[in-house]
Amino acid sequence: MTKKYSKLEAINLDAYYGDFHALKGINIAMEEKAVTAFIGPSGCGKSTFLRTFNRMNDYIDGFRIEGQILLDGRDIYEKDIRVDELRKEVGMVFQKPNPFPKSIYENVVYGLKIQGIKDKKILQEACETSLQQAAIWDEVKDKLDKSALALSGGQQQRLCIARALAIQPSVILMDEPASALDPISSAKIEELIYDLKKDYTIVIVTHNMQQAGRVSDHTAFFYMGELVEYAKTKTMFTSPKDTRTQNYITGRFG
Amino acid sequence: MTNSEKNRLKDKAFQVFGVFCTFIGLVVLAIFLIDIVIEGVARIDWDFLTSLPSRRAARAGILTAWAGTLWILVLSAIIAFPLGIAAGIYLEEYAKKTKLSNFLEINIANLAGVPSIIYGLLGLELFVRIMNLGGILLAGALTLSLLILPIVIVTTREAIKAVPRTIRDGSFALGASKWQTVWHQVLPASFGGILTGVILALSRAVGEAAPLIVIGALAYVPFVPRSPMDEFTVLPIQIFNWTSRPQAAFLTNAAAAIIILLLITFLLNGIAVYLRHRQQKKIKW
Repeated sequence: MTKKYSKLEAINLDAYYGDFHALKGINIAMEEKAVTAFIGPSGCGKSTFLRTFNRMNDYIDGFRIEGQILLDGRDIYEKDIRVDELRKEVGMVFQKPNPFPKSIYENVVYGLKIQGIKDKKILQEACETSLQQAAIWDEVKDKLDKSALALSGGQQQRLCIARALAIQPSVILMDEPASALDPISSAKIEELIYDLKKDYTIVIVTHNMQQAGRVSDHTAFFYMGELVEYAKTKTMFTSPKDTRTQNYITGRFG
Repeated sequence: MTNSEKNRLKDKAFQVFGVFCTFIGLVVLAIFLIDIVIEGVARIDWDFLTSLPSRRAARAGILTAWAGTLWILVLSAIIAFPLGIAAGIYLEEYAKKTKLSNFLEINIANLAGVPSIIYGLLGLELFVRIMNLGGILLAGALTLSLLILPIVIVTTREAIKAVPRTIRDGSFALGASKWQTVWHQVLPASFGGILTGVILALSRAVGEAAPLIVIGALAYVPFVPRSPMDEFTVLPIQIFNWTSRPQAAFLTNAAAAIIILLLITFLLNGIAVYLRHRQQKKIKW
């Protein structure tokens, strides 16, 4: 099976918060079952951009986009697209681990339960599979009924990843998933991302240059709402074309 | 005196002043409580709680009054909870931030400050006259529901607001609808807070006499209400009635009834404090 080189695409994408022009004419195509990293200084629009792929910006008053976002060639902002269906396909992991104040089990199966799945066997199986995929099963298998809030930050984040995997998406968006964690937990998340890209298309926003270098296949550099440069990660980090990219990745600003 | 000495003196001075201010309130309350307890506590016995009102102070009891108060509490709760909580959820989760919603918000806050007797007049016109209910329990409960509704709405919103944005994001990102997010995440996480606010609102309603007198609640009700359509009295009205009598024995009765009313209020507040405490222990964001 050949990989799709345009699993996710943005075509002439502009985004606005009221009068503020947050994203300017962005064109990008992201490869299937690979990791694409978004880097850039704070406020450059990379998180906003990430959130357009599962329409998490919809709830923000005054937010609107022009242009297209395509998932498998379909415009996800079309009228007949149902947002809940879209989010089954495009999962998300946030910057700060945000487990629900419920048991570990309830956290993982939440996405399935709200789809109306009640069969205990299906739920339990999905719970185990997802926790294993997220490399946290061994740590929590004996306390699935304990509160998720009792886990450490790193474990909580892996639980949140398991929760996203449980609904079997094909794309996972990660918004600085390791920035609130200690170095060891952070390394575990990176390892996990590396494992997951066999089966999932991953888009990750990160502030950490080394992290982008380690985990991603492609890197996109954003600056002031523009996509400045998009290339294979190795190419970008060894020979950036744009001076702004060069200055940013060598740490001269940001 | 050096500057730093002056500053330290000022610091000390304010501390003393602050302690003084704190104690003024407490001391006044303590004197009031002690006075009431000395006057009334000996009067409280089983007969006092289970006797009907009477023209003779020694035989009069507060059965109808506390039964009425209980009825009013339960009915107001049943009416005001769903309305207030639903309104709070709408304003916090659904309403767009427009000029209209701003206007609504400010006015709900204003309503919480309207004197209770105004609500009584509203209840008199709306429930007693236009809806032709008369001075019955249901009319009283509806009136008090209006009175506590703004408080319930405001506290519901505060409790909902305390649920972090990230929890909603997490739920939405898994494909949940707004209602599913509210029902499965926001409400369970804020329920303790909502309940606390609602109970505090009820404890305010328990102490109200004025609006109920206005709608025509009676001071002398010789039977225990059996349905929301019965006439009624409540503890504050009974107390008000007894304190306006010349005989000393009735004042003793009033003091005893005040103790019972205070116990009910403290009990409600105690439950609220307990719920808040439990909630804080259970959920640490």
